[in-house]
Amino acid sequence: MNKQNCRAVYGKTLVELGMKDERIVALDADLCKSTMTCLFEEAFPDRHFEMGIGEQNMVSVAAGLALSGKVPFVNSFAVFSAGRPYDQIRVSVCIGEVNVKIVGSSAGLSDFGDGATHQSIDDIAIMRVLPNMVVLSPADGIETAKMVKAMVDHDGPMYIRILRNDVPDVTDPKTEFKIGVPTVIRDGKDITVFAHGYMVYKALLAADILEKEGVSLKVVNVSTLKPIDEDVVKELCAGAKGIVTVEENSIIGGLANAIAMIMRGSAIPMEAVAVKDVFGQSALDWEELLVHYGLTEKEIVAAVKKVLK
Amino acid sequence: MPVTAEKLKELEKMAKKLRYDIVMMIGTGKPGHLGGSCSIADLMSVLYFYKMRIDPKNPKWPDRDRFVISKGHAVLAQYAALANLGYFPMDDLGTLKELGTKLQGHPEMLRMPGLEANTGSLGQGLSVSCGIALAGKLDKRDYRVYCIMGDGEIAEGQVWEASMTASYYKLDNLVGILDKNRIQAMGPIEKRYDTNPHADKWRAFGWNVLEIDGHNIEEIVAAFDKAEQVKGKPTMIVANTVKSKGVPFAENKAQFHHGMMTQEQYDTARELFVD
Repeated sequence: MNKQNCRAVYGKTLVELGMKDERIVALDADLCKSTMTCLFEEAFPDRHFEMGIGEQNMVSVAAGLALSGKVPFVNSFAVFSAGRPYDQIRVSVCIGEVNVKIVGSSAGLSDFGDGATHQSIDDIAIMRVLPNMVVLSPADGIETAKMVKAMVDHDGPMYIRILRNDVPDVTDPKTEFKIGVPTVIRDGKDITVFAHGYMVYKALLAADILEKEGVSLKVVNVSTLKPIDEDVVKELCAGAKGIVTVEENSIIGGLANAIAMIMRGSAIPMEAVAVKDVFGQSALDWEELLVHYGLTEKEIVAAVKKVLK
Repeated sequence: MPVTAEKLKELEKMAKKLRYDIVMMIGTGKPGHLGGSCSIADLMSVLYFYKMRIDPKNPKWPDRDRFVISKGHAVLAQYAALANLGYFPMDDLGTLKELGTKLQGHPEMLRMPGLEANTGSLGQGLSVSCGIALAGKLDKRDYRVYCIMGDGEIAEGQVWEASMTASYYKLDNLVGILDKNRIQAMGPIEKRYDTNPHADKWRAFGWNVLEIDGHNIEEIVAAFDKAEQVKGKPTMIVANTVKSKGVPFAENKAQFHHGMMTQEQYDTARELFVD
Protein backbone atom coordinates (compact mmCIF):
# COMPACT_ATOMS: atom_id res chain seq x y z
CA MET A 1 0.00 0.00 0.00
CA ASN A 2 1.36 3.37 -0.99
CA LYS A 3 2.08 5.66 1.94
CA GLN A 4 2.35 9.43 1.95
CA ASN A 5 3.19 12.06 4.49
CA CYS A 6 0.29 14.47 4.78
CA ARG A 7 2.55 17.30 5.97
CA ALA A 8 4.71 16.96 2.87
CA VAL A 9 1.65 16.80 0.64
CA TYR A 10 0.22 19.88 2.33
CA GLY A 11 3.44 21.86 1.94
CA LYS A 12 3.83 20.89 -1.70
CA THR A 13 0.19 21.55 -2.56
CA LEU A 14 0.28 24.98 -0.96
CA VAL A 15 3.24 25.90 -3.18
CA GLU A 16 1.41 24.67 -6.28
CA LEU A 17 -1.67 26.67 -5.38
CA GLY A 18 0.47 29.65 -4.46
CA MET A 19 1.85 29.77 -7.98
CA LYS A 20 -1.61 30.24 -9.40
CA ASP A 21 -3.07 32.40 -6.66
CA GLU A 22 -1.14 35.38 -5.36
CA ARG A 23 -3.61 35.91 -2.54
CA ILE A 24 -2.25 32.90 -0.67
CA VAL A 25 0.12 33.72 2.18
CA ALA A 26 1.49 31.54 4.96
CA LEU A 27 2.34 32.31 8.57
CA ASP A 28 4.47 30.23 10.91
CA ALA A 29 5.46 30.31 14.55
CA ASP A 30 9.00 28.93 14.33
CA LEU A 31 7.94 25.49 13.14
CA CYS A 32 7.90 25.79 9.36
CA LYS A 33 10.20 22.80 8.89
CA SER A 34 7.70 20.68 10.78
CA THR A 35 4.57 22.13 9.22
CA MET A 36 6.34 21.97 5.85
CA THR A 37 5.49 25.53 4.94
CA CYS A 38 9.25 25.90 4.66
CA LEU A 39 8.52 24.93 1.05
CA PHE A 40 6.20 27.90 0.69
CA GLU A 41 8.77 30.19 2.30
CA GLU A 42 11.37 29.01 -0.18
CA ALA A 43 9.06 29.53 -3.15
CA PHE A 44 7.50 32.82 -2.04
CA PRO A 45 9.69 34.52 0.57
CA ASP A 46 7.62 37.72 0.40
CA ARG A 47 4.40 35.87 1.09
CA HIS A 48 5.64 33.84 4.01
CA PHE A 49 5.66 35.46 7.45
CA GLU A 50 7.71 34.20 10.34
CA MET A 51 5.68 35.36 13.32
CA GLY A 52 8.03 34.21 16.03
CA ILE A 53 6.75 32.03 18.82
CA GLY A 54 3.50 33.90 19.26
CA GLU A 55 0.47 32.00 18.00
CA GLN A 56 -2.20 34.33 19.36
CA ASN A 57 -0.76 37.28 17.51
CA MET A 58 -0.24 35.08 14.45
CA VAL A 59 -3.95 34.25 14.21
CA SER A 60 -5.09 37.86 14.57
CA VAL A 61 -2.46 39.06 12.08
CA ALA A 62 -3.80 36.46 9.67
CA ALA A 63 -7.27 37.91 10.21
CA GLY A 64 -5.95 41.33 9.23
CA LEU A 65 -4.35 39.86 6.11
CA ALA A 66 -7.60 38.11 5.20
CA LEU A 67 -9.59 41.29 5.76
CA SER A 68 -7.31 42.86 3.17
CA GLY A 69 -8.00 40.19 0.56
CA LYS A 70 -5.29 37.63 1.31
CA VAL A 71 -5.89 33.93 1.88
CA PRO A 72 -3.72 33.24 4.93
CA PHE A 73 -2.75 29.77 6.12
CA VAL A 74 -1.78 29.80 9.79
CA ASN A 75 0.60 27.00 10.66
CA SER A 76 1.70 25.29 13.81
CA PHE A 77 1.18 22.10 15.75
CA ALA A 78 -2.54 21.62 16.35
CA VAL A 79 -2.20 22.27 20.07
CA PHE A 80 -0.62 25.66 19.28
CA SER A 81 -2.62 26.69 16.23
CA ALA A 82 -6.05 25.67 17.53
CA GLY A 83 -5.67 25.44 21.29
CA ARG A 84 -3.47 28.30 22.36
CA PRO A 85 -5.15 31.01 20.23
CA TYR A 86 -8.69 29.78 20.78
CA ASP A 87 -10.05 33.21 21.65
CA GLN A 88 -8.27 34.83 18.71
CA ILE A 89 -9.85 32.25 16.39
CA ARG A 90 -13.18 32.96 18.05
CA VAL A 91 -13.08 36.76 17.97
CA SER A 92 -10.66 37.82 15.23
CA VAL A 93 -11.72 35.06 12.84
CA CYS A 94 -15.00 33.25 13.43
CA ILE A 95 -17.48 35.89 14.59
CA GLY A 96 -16.75 37.95 11.50
CA GLU A 97 -16.47 34.91 9.19
CA VAL A 98 -12.96 35.99 8.25
CA ASN A 99 -11.24 33.92 5.58
CA VAL A 100 -8.45 32.45 7.71
CA LYS A 101 -7.22 28.87 7.32
CA ILE A 102 -5.92 27.28 10.53
CA VAL A 103 -3.59 24.34 10.00
CA GLY A 104 -3.25 21.98 12.94
CA SER A 105 -0.11 20.04 12.19
CA SER A 106 1.34 17.06 14.08
CA ALA A 107 -2.23 16.46 15.22
CA GLY A 108 -3.80 13.76 17.34
CA LEU A 109 -1.24 11.46 18.91
CA SER A 110 1.01 11.64 15.85
CA ASP A 111 3.63 13.66 17.70
CA PHE A 112 4.19 10.57 19.79
CA GLY A 113 7.47 11.55 21.43
CA ASP A 114 6.58 14.96 22.76
CA GLY A 115 3.90 13.92 25.20
CA ALA A 116 0.64 15.39 26.42
CA THR A 117 1.50 19.06 25.79
CA HIS A 118 1.97 18.36 22.09
CA GLN A 119 -0.77 15.83 21.42
CA SER A 120 -4.05 17.33 20.30
CA ILE A 121 -6.84 15.19 21.63
CA ASP A 122 -9.07 18.24 21.87
CA ASP A 123 -8.57 20.18 18.61
CA ILE A 124 -11.55 18.66 16.82
CA ALA A 125 -13.91 19.45 19.69
CA ILE A 126 -12.81 23.06 20.19
CA MET A 127 -12.83 23.86 16.50
CA ARG A 128 -16.21 22.19 15.95
CA VAL A 129 -17.90 24.21 18.65
CA LEU A 130 -17.10 27.50 16.93
CA PRO A 131 -19.92 28.84 14.74
CA ASN A 132 -18.85 29.49 11.12
CA MET A 133 -15.88 27.13 11.37
CA VAL A 134 -15.38 24.29 8.87
CA VAL A 135 -13.38 21.38 10.31
CA LEU A 136 -11.41 19.01 8.08
CA SER A 137 -9.42 15.86 8.76
CA PRO A 138 -7.98 14.15 5.68
CA ALA A 139 -7.70 10.38 5.66
CA ASP A 140 -4.56 10.35 3.54
CA GLY A 141 -2.23 12.31 1.30
CA ILE A 142 -4.57 12.10 -1.68
CA GLU A 143 -7.35 13.75 0.24
CA THR A 144 -5.01 16.28 1.84
CA ALA A 145 -4.14 17.72 -1.56
CA LYS A 146 -7.80 18.00 -2.56
CA MET A 147 -8.68 19.62 0.72
CA VAL A 148 -6.01 22.30 0.57
CA LYS A 149 -7.39 23.34 -2.80
CA ALA A 150 -10.92 23.35 -1.40
CA MET A 151 -9.71 25.55 1.44
CA VAL A 152 -8.53 28.17 -1.02
CA ASP A 153 -11.78 28.00 -2.96
CA HIS A 154 -14.01 28.25 0.12
CA ASP A 155 -14.43 31.74 1.58
CA GLY A 156 -14.54 31.51 5.37
CA PRO A 157 -12.82 30.16 8.48
CA MET A 158 -11.47 26.62 8.20
CA TYR A 159 -9.46 24.25 10.29
CA ILE A 160 -7.51 21.33 8.85
CA ARG A 161 -5.89 18.64 10.94
CA ILE A 162 -2.66 17.23 9.55
CA LEU A 163 -0.96 14.15 10.96
CA ARG A 164 2.78 14.05 11.41
CA ASN A 165 3.54 10.59 10.09
CA ASP A 166 3.20 8.68 6.83
CA VAL A 167 -0.23 7.16 6.28
CA PRO A 168 -1.47 4.68 3.68
CA ASP A 169 -3.52 5.91 0.74
CA VAL A 170 -7.10 4.83 1.27
CA THR A 171 -9.14 7.28 -0.78
CA ASP A 172 -9.80 7.30 -4.49
CA PRO A 173 -7.88 9.99 -6.40
CA LYS A 174 -10.82 10.26 -8.81
CA THR A 175 -13.43 11.09 -6.16
CA GLU A 176 -14.16 14.79 -5.90
CA PHE A 177 -13.81 16.20 -2.40
CA LYS A 178 -16.94 18.01 -1.28
CA ILE A 179 -16.98 19.86 2.01
CA GLY A 180 -19.39 18.22 4.41
CA VAL A 181 -20.12 15.05 2.47
CA PRO A 182 -18.99 11.71 3.99
CA THR A 183 -17.79 9.18 1.45
CA VAL A 184 -17.98 5.40 1.44
CA ILE A 185 -14.49 3.88 1.24
CA ARG A 186 -15.64 0.28 1.44
CA ASP A 187 -19.21 -0.87 1.07
CA GLY A 188 -20.85 -3.34 3.43
CA LYS A 189 -24.24 -4.12 4.87
CA ASP A 190 -24.09 -5.07 8.54
CA ILE A 191 -22.38 -2.26 10.38
CA THR A 192 -21.65 1.32 9.36
CA VAL A 193 -18.28 2.53 10.64
CA PHE A 194 -17.65 6.27 10.57
CA ALA A 195 -14.02 7.32 10.89
CA HIS A 196 -11.72 10.22 10.11
CA GLY A 197 -7.99 10.61 9.57
CA TYR A 198 -5.75 7.59 9.95
CA MET A 199 -8.58 5.75 11.68
CA VAL A 200 -10.22 5.21 8.29
CA TYR A 201 -7.34 2.85 7.51
CA LYS A 202 -7.77 1.12 10.87
CA ALA A 203 -11.46 0.66 10.10
CA LEU A 204 -10.53 -0.95 6.79
CA LEU A 205 -8.24 -3.38 8.63
CA ALA A 206 -11.11 -4.22 10.96
CA ALA A 207 -13.35 -4.78 7.96
CA ASP A 208 -10.85 -7.31 6.58
CA ILE A 209 -10.79 -9.18 9.87
CA LEU A 210 -14.57 -9.24 10.24
CA GLU A 211 -15.18 -10.23 6.66
CA LYS A 212 -13.59 -13.57 7.48
CA GLU A 213 -16.06 -13.94 10.30
CA GLY A 214 -18.99 -13.16 8.04
CA VAL A 215 -19.61 -9.61 9.23
CA SER A 216 -19.68 -6.91 6.57
CA LEU A 217 -18.59 -3.36 7.41
CA LYS A 218 -19.42 -0.22 5.52
CA VAL A 219 -16.46 2.10 6.12
CA VAL A 220 -17.27 5.78 5.79
CA ASN A 221 -14.70 8.57 5.68
CA VAL A 222 -16.08 11.57 7.53
CA SER A 223 -13.27 13.89 6.52
CA THR A 224 -15.35 16.98 7.17
CA LEU A 225 -16.23 17.00 10.85
CA LYS A 226 -18.25 20.17 10.45
CA PRO A 227 -20.52 20.64 8.65
CA ILE A 228 -21.71 17.04 8.14
CA ASP A 229 -24.46 16.29 5.66
CA GLU A 230 -27.07 14.73 7.93
CA ASP A 231 -29.11 13.15 5.16
CA VAL A 232 -26.06 11.33 3.84
CA VAL A 233 -25.25 10.00 7.32
CA LYS A 234 -28.83 8.79 7.83
CA GLU A 235 -28.82 7.15 4.44
CA LEU A 236 -25.54 5.38 5.20
CA CYS A 237 -27.02 4.06 8.44
CA ALA A 238 -30.27 2.87 6.88
CA GLY A 239 -30.62 -0.90 7.39
CA ALA A 240 -27.44 -1.17 9.44
CA LYS A 241 -27.44 -3.39 12.52
CA GLY A 242 -25.07 -1.08 14.29
CA ILE A 243 -22.96 2.07 14.09
CA VAL A 244 -19.35 2.46 15.22
CA THR A 245 -17.38 5.72 15.22
CA VAL A 246 -13.57 5.79 15.25
CA GLU A 247 -11.40 8.82 15.87
CA GLU A 248 -7.94 9.79 17.06
CA ASN A 249 -9.17 12.42 19.47
CA SER A 250 -11.23 12.77 22.60
CA ILE A 251 -14.51 10.92 22.79
CA ILE A 252 -15.98 14.27 23.82
CA GLY A 253 -16.95 16.70 21.10
CA GLY A 254 -15.77 14.78 18.06
CA LEU A 255 -17.15 12.33 15.55
CA ALA A 256 -18.93 10.15 18.13
CA ASN A 257 -20.88 13.18 19.34
CA ALA A 258 -21.60 14.35 15.82
CA ILE A 259 -22.97 11.03 14.62
CA ALA A 260 -24.92 10.39 17.83
CA MET A 261 -26.49 13.82 17.44
CA ILE A 262 -27.53 13.09 13.86
CA MET A 263 -28.81 9.60 14.68
CA ARG A 264 -30.56 10.52 17.93
CA GLY A 265 -33.87 8.78 18.25
CA SER A 266 -32.72 5.92 16.06
CA ALA A 267 -32.90 2.39 17.46
CA ILE A 268 -29.57 1.38 15.89
CA PRO A 269 -27.03 0.53 18.60
CA MET A 270 -23.93 2.65 18.62
CA GLU A 271 -20.36 2.34 19.93
CA ALA A 272 -17.41 4.71 19.90
CA VAL A 273 -13.69 4.07 19.58
CA ALA A 274 -11.82 7.21 20.63
CA VAL A 275 -9.39 8.58 23.16
CA LYS A 276 -11.25 8.36 26.43
CA ASP A 277 -11.32 11.56 28.43
CA VAL A 278 -7.55 11.56 29.07
CA PHE A 279 -4.42 13.33 27.87
CA GLY A 280 -1.72 11.59 25.84
CA GLN A 281 1.85 10.82 26.88
CA SER A 282 5.23 10.14 25.33
CA ALA A 283 5.98 6.95 23.47
CA LEU A 284 8.71 5.88 21.08
CA ASP A 285 6.29 5.10 18.32
CA TRP A 286 2.90 6.33 17.09
CA GLU A 287 1.42 2.85 16.78
CA GLU A 288 2.47 2.04 20.32
CA LEU A 289 0.45 5.04 21.52
CA LEU A 290 -2.54 4.13 19.39
CA VAL A 291 -2.51 0.66 20.96
CA HIS A 292 -2.23 2.13 24.44
CA TYR A 293 -5.25 4.36 23.88
CA GLY A 294 -7.27 1.65 22.17
CA LEU A 295 -7.27 3.10 18.67
CA THR A 296 -6.72 -0.16 16.81
CA GLU A 297 -8.47 -2.53 14.44
CA LYS A 298 -8.78 -4.91 17.39
CA GLU A 299 -10.78 -2.34 19.36
CA ILE A 300 -12.93 -1.61 16.34
CA VAL A 301 -13.67 -5.30 15.96
CA ALA A 302 -14.61 -5.45 19.63
CA ALA A 303 -16.88 -2.42 19.24
CA VAL A 304 -18.59 -4.02 16.26
CA LYS A 305 -19.18 -7.23 18.21
CA LYS A 306 -20.61 -5.21 21.05
CA VAL A 307 -23.20 -3.49 18.87
CA LEU A 308 -24.07 -6.81 17.25
CA LYS A 309 -24.92 -8.38 20.61
CA MET B 1 0.46 74.65 10.40
CA PRO B 2 -1.49 72.84 7.69
CA VAL B 3 -4.77 73.14 9.56
CA THR B 4 -6.71 76.36 9.77
CA ALA B 5 -8.09 77.71 13.01
CA GLU B 6 -11.48 77.23 11.49
CA LYS B 7 -10.83 73.53 10.91
CA LEU B 8 -9.62 73.11 14.48
CA LYS B 9 -12.86 74.71 15.72
CA GLU B 10 -14.83 72.39 13.50
CA LEU B 11 -13.00 69.34 14.89
CA GLU B 12 -13.60 70.54 18.45
CA LYS B 13 -17.25 70.96 17.65
CA MET B 14 -17.41 67.48 16.17
CA ALA B 15 -15.79 65.99 19.28
CA LYS B 16 -18.52 67.65 21.30
CA LYS B 17 -21.14 66.25 18.95
CA LEU B 18 -19.65 62.76 19.27
CA ARG B 19 -19.89 63.03 23.07
CA TYR B 20 -23.48 64.17 22.75
CA ASP B 21 -24.25 61.14 20.59
CA ILE B 22 -22.49 58.80 23.03
CA VAL B 23 -24.63 60.11 25.89
CA MET B 24 -27.77 59.82 23.76
CA MET B 25 -26.87 56.28 22.72
CA ILE B 26 -26.54 55.12 26.31
CA GLY B 27 -29.58 57.02 27.53
CA THR B 28 -31.02 55.92 30.83
CA GLY B 29 -31.98 52.56 32.19
CA LYS B 30 -29.14 50.65 30.58
CA PRO B 31 -25.43 50.67 31.27
CA GLY B 32 -23.01 51.81 28.61
CA HIS B 33 -19.30 52.33 28.13
CA LEU B 34 -19.38 56.06 28.68
CA GLY B 35 -15.89 56.51 30.15
CA GLY B 36 -13.71 54.97 27.47
CA SER B 37 -15.87 56.29 24.66
CA CYS B 38 -15.70 59.87 25.86
CA SER B 39 -11.95 59.68 26.48
CA ILE B 40 -11.34 58.95 22.78
CA ALA B 41 -13.89 61.38 21.32
CA ASP B 42 -11.31 64.03 20.39
CA LEU B 43 -9.05 61.41 18.82
CA MET B 44 -12.02 60.06 16.86
CA SER B 45 -12.94 63.52 15.66
CA VAL B 46 -9.47 64.18 14.26
CA LEU B 47 -9.11 60.72 12.70
CA TYR B 48 -12.49 60.57 11.03
CA PHE B 49 -13.00 64.22 10.16
CA TYR B 50 -9.45 65.26 9.33
CA LYS B 51 -6.88 62.54 9.00
CA MET B 52 -8.27 59.43 7.43
CA ARG B 53 -8.76 58.94 3.70
CA ILE B 54 -12.21 57.40 3.63
CA ASP B 55 -15.34 57.36 1.53
CA PRO B 56 -18.53 56.76 3.53
CA LYS B 57 -20.33 55.81 0.32
CA ASN B 58 -17.75 53.13 -0.38
CA PRO B 59 -16.84 51.52 2.96
CA LYS B 60 -14.89 48.71 1.26
CA TRP B 61 -12.77 51.01 -0.95
CA PRO B 62 -9.45 49.12 -1.13
CA ASP B 63 -7.35 52.26 -0.71
CA ARG B 64 -9.17 53.58 2.35
CA ASP B 65 -7.32 54.21 5.57
CA ARG B 66 -8.31 51.75 8.27
CA PHE B 67 -9.26 52.34 11.87
CA VAL B 68 -9.34 49.39 14.26
CA ILE B 69 -10.82 49.93 17.69
CA SER B 70 -8.93 47.39 19.76
CA LYS B 71 -10.64 48.63 22.91
CA GLY B 72 -13.89 47.46 21.42
CA HIS B 73 -16.05 48.56 24.32
CA ALA B 74 -15.43 52.20 23.34
CA VAL B 75 -17.05 51.59 19.96
CA LEU B 76 -19.79 54.06 20.85
CA ALA B 77 -17.41 56.84 19.86
CA GLN B 78 -16.82 55.12 16.53
CA TYR B 79 -20.54 54.52 15.97
CA ALA B 80 -21.10 58.24 16.54
CA ALA B 81 -18.38 59.16 14.04
CA LEU B 82 -19.67 56.71 11.42
CA ALA B 83 -23.24 57.98 11.81
CA ASN B 84 -22.17 61.59 11.49
CA LEU B 85 -20.28 60.69 8.31
CA GLY B 86 -23.34 59.00 6.86
CA TYR B 87 -22.26 55.35 7.01
CA PHE B 88 -25.69 54.64 8.48
CA PRO B 89 -28.71 56.72 9.53
CA MET B 90 -28.32 58.86 12.67
CA ASP B 91 -31.63 57.50 13.96
CA ASP B 92 -30.09 54.04 14.30
CA LEU B 93 -27.89 55.32 17.15
CA GLY B 94 -30.90 54.93 19.42
CA THR B 95 -30.86 51.14 18.92
CA LEU B 96 -27.61 50.43 20.79
CA LYS B 97 -27.60 46.87 22.17
CA GLU B 98 -31.21 46.19 21.11
CA LEU B 99 -31.89 42.71 19.76
CA GLY B 100 -31.01 42.58 16.08
CA THR B 101 -29.25 45.98 15.99
CA LYS B 102 -26.15 46.71 14.01
CA LEU B 103 -24.93 48.65 17.06
CA GLN B 104 -23.72 45.67 19.06
CA GLY B 105 -22.19 46.15 22.49
CA HIS B 106 -18.87 45.38 20.88
CA PRO B 107 -18.10 45.97 17.20
CA GLU B 108 -19.30 43.45 14.65
CA MET B 109 -18.26 44.29 11.15
CA LEU B 110 -20.71 41.99 9.42
CA ARG B 111 -23.57 43.95 10.93
CA MET B 112 -22.18 47.46 10.70
CA PRO B 113 -20.60 49.16 7.68
CA GLY B 114 -17.33 50.99 8.28
CA LEU B 115 -15.94 48.63 10.91
CA GLU B 116 -12.68 46.95 9.95
CA ALA B 117 -12.49 44.10 12.46
CA ASN B 118 -14.34 42.42 15.27
CA THR B 119 -12.90 43.30 18.63
CA GLY B 120 -14.08 43.23 22.20
CA SER B 121 -11.90 40.54 23.61
CA LEU B 122 -9.07 42.92 24.47
CA GLY B 123 -5.59 42.79 23.01
CA GLN B 124 -6.34 41.57 19.50
CA GLY B 125 -6.78 44.77 17.51
CA LEU B 126 -3.12 45.65 17.14
CA SER B 127 -2.40 42.22 15.67
CA VAL B 128 -5.26 42.56 13.19
CA SER B 129 -3.93 46.02 12.33
CA CYS B 130 -0.48 44.54 11.71
CA GLY B 131 -2.06 42.09 9.27
CA ILE B 132 -3.84 44.89 7.42
CA ALA B 133 -0.63 46.93 7.33
CA LEU B 134 1.39 43.92 6.08
CA ALA B 135 -1.14 43.38 3.29
CA GLY B 136 -0.85 47.05 2.37
CA LYS B 137 2.91 46.65 2.03
CA LEU B 138 2.51 43.44 -0.02
CA ASP B 139 0.02 45.08 -2.36
CA LYS B 140 1.98 48.33 -2.51
CA ARG B 141 -1.06 50.30 -1.45
CA ASP B 142 -0.47 53.50 0.46
CA TYR B 143 -3.34 53.29 2.92
CA ARG B 144 -2.58 53.80 6.59
CA VAL B 145 -3.81 51.83 9.57
CA TYR B 146 -4.80 53.33 12.91
CA CYS B 147 -5.37 51.25 16.02
CA ILE B 148 -6.51 52.53 19.38
CA MET B 149 -5.88 50.65 22.62
CA GLY B 150 -6.49 51.30 26.27
CA ASP B 151 -3.84 51.57 28.98
CA GLY B 152 -5.61 48.79 30.86
CA GLU B 153 -5.83 46.68 27.72
CA ILE B 154 -2.09 46.56 27.18
CA ALA B 155 -1.78 44.13 30.07
CA GLU B 156 -2.83 41.58 27.42
CA GLY B 157 0.35 39.82 26.30
CA GLN B 158 -0.79 39.66 22.70
CA VAL B 159 -0.36 43.44 22.44
CA TRP B 160 3.37 42.99 22.94
CA GLU B 161 3.54 40.12 20.47
CA ALA B 162 1.94 42.48 17.97
CA SER B 163 4.26 45.32 18.92
CA MET B 164 7.19 43.12 17.92
CA THR B 165 5.54 42.18 14.64
CA ALA B 166 5.02 45.86 13.83
CA SER B 167 8.63 46.80 14.46
CA TYR B 168 10.14 43.64 12.97
CA TYR B 169 8.22 44.13 9.73
CA LYS B 170 8.88 47.89 9.78
CA LEU B 171 5.21 48.79 9.57
CA ASP B 172 5.52 52.54 9.16
CA ASN B 173 2.00 52.52 7.71
CA LEU B 174 0.71 51.65 11.16
CA VAL B 175 -0.10 54.12 13.92
CA GLY B 176 -1.04 52.95 17.40
CA ILE B 177 -2.86 55.20 19.80
CA LEU B 178 -2.75 54.53 23.51
CA ASP B 179 -5.80 56.02 25.18
CA LYS B 180 -4.13 56.65 28.49
CA ASN B 181 -7.20 57.44 30.55
CA ARG B 182 -5.62 55.89 33.64
CA ILE B 183 -8.66 53.96 34.76
CA GLN B 184 -9.62 50.36 34.06
CA ALA B 185 -12.95 48.75 34.92
CA MET B 186 -12.16 48.10 38.57
CA GLY B 187 -10.30 51.32 39.35
CA PRO B 188 -7.21 53.42 38.67
CA ILE B 189 -4.47 51.64 36.72
CA GLU B 190 -1.85 52.76 39.23
CA LYS B 191 -3.73 51.10 42.08
CA ARG B 192 -5.12 48.02 40.33
CA TYR B 193 -2.46 46.86 37.86
CA ASP B 194 0.04 49.45 36.77
CA THR B 195 1.03 49.11 33.11
CA ASN B 196 3.38 52.12 33.26
CA PRO B 197 5.80 53.24 32.03
CA HIS B 198 4.24 53.45 28.60
CA ALA B 199 6.42 55.51 26.26
CA ASP B 200 9.58 53.68 27.35
CA LYS B 201 7.99 50.29 26.78
CA TRP B 202 6.93 51.11 23.23
CA ARG B 203 10.32 52.66 22.48
CA ALA B 204 12.03 49.52 23.74
CA PHE B 205 9.82 47.49 21.41
CA GLY B 206 11.09 49.50 18.45
CA TRP B 207 8.36 52.08 18.01
CA ASN B 208 8.57 55.79 17.36
CA VAL B 209 6.68 57.34 20.29
CA LEU B 210 4.86 60.65 20.56
CA GLU B 211 3.20 61.85 23.74
CA ILE B 212 0.32 64.27 23.58
CA ASP B 213 -2.67 65.69 25.38
CA GLY B 214 -5.41 63.51 23.94
CA HIS B 215 -7.97 66.26 24.32
CA ASN B 216 -6.01 68.97 22.57
CA ILE B 217 -7.18 68.92 18.96
CA GLU B 218 -4.17 70.84 17.70
CA GLU B 219 -1.75 68.41 19.35
CA ILE B 220 -3.68 65.42 18.01
CA VAL B 221 -3.60 66.81 14.48
CA ALA B 222 0.12 67.50 14.73
CA ALA B 223 0.85 64.01 16.06
CA PHE B 224 -1.01 62.22 13.25
CA ASP B 225 0.71 64.45 10.69
CA LYS B 226 4.09 63.79 12.23
CA ALA B 227 3.51 60.03 12.33
CA GLU B 228 3.07 60.10 8.58
CA GLN B 229 6.61 61.34 8.11
CA VAL B 230 8.23 58.50 10.06
CA LYS B 231 9.80 55.82 7.90
CA GLY B 232 10.89 52.29 8.81
CA LYS B 233 9.04 51.96 12.09
CA PRO B 234 5.53 52.17 13.48
CA THR B 235 4.46 55.14 15.59
CA MET B 236 2.70 54.99 18.94
CA ILE B 237 0.85 58.06 20.09
CA VAL B 238 0.52 58.01 23.85
CA ALA B 239 -2.53 60.18 24.35
CA ASN B 240 -3.06 61.43 27.89
CA THR B 241 -6.78 61.47 28.37
CA VAL B 242 -9.45 61.70 31.03
CA LYS B 243 -11.96 58.91 31.46
CA SER B 244 -15.48 60.21 30.66
CA LYS B 245 -13.92 63.47 29.49
CA GLY B 246 -16.49 66.23 29.15
CA VAL B 247 -19.04 64.73 31.52
CA PRO B 248 -18.02 66.22 34.89
CA PHE B 249 -20.01 63.91 37.14
CA ALA B 250 -18.44 60.89 35.45
CA GLU B 251 -14.89 62.10 34.84
CA ASN B 252 -12.16 59.93 36.36
CA LYS B 253 -14.71 57.57 37.84
CA ALA B 254 -14.27 53.83 37.30
CA GLN B 255 -17.98 53.27 37.81
CA PHE B 256 -18.58 55.00 34.48
CA HIS B 257 -16.34 52.55 32.64
CA HIS B 258 -19.63 50.76 32.06
CA GLY B 259 -22.12 52.79 34.02
CA MET B 260 -25.76 53.61 34.16
CA MET B 261 -26.89 57.25 34.19
CA THR B 262 -29.81 58.44 36.27
CA GLN B 263 -32.38 60.56 34.46
CA GLU B 264 -30.91 63.61 36.15
CA GLN B 265 -27.37 62.74 35.12
CA TYR B 266 -28.51 62.03 31.61
CA ASP B 267 -30.26 65.39 31.33
CA THR B 268 -27.21 67.15 32.74
CA ALA B 269 -24.87 65.39 30.33
CA ARG B 270 -27.05 66.10 27.34
CA GLU B 271 -27.26 69.77 28.21
CA LEU B 272 -23.46 69.96 28.31
CA PHE B 273 -23.14 69.12 24.66
CA VAL B 274 -26.11 70.89 23.16
CA ASP B 275 -24.99 73.75 20.99
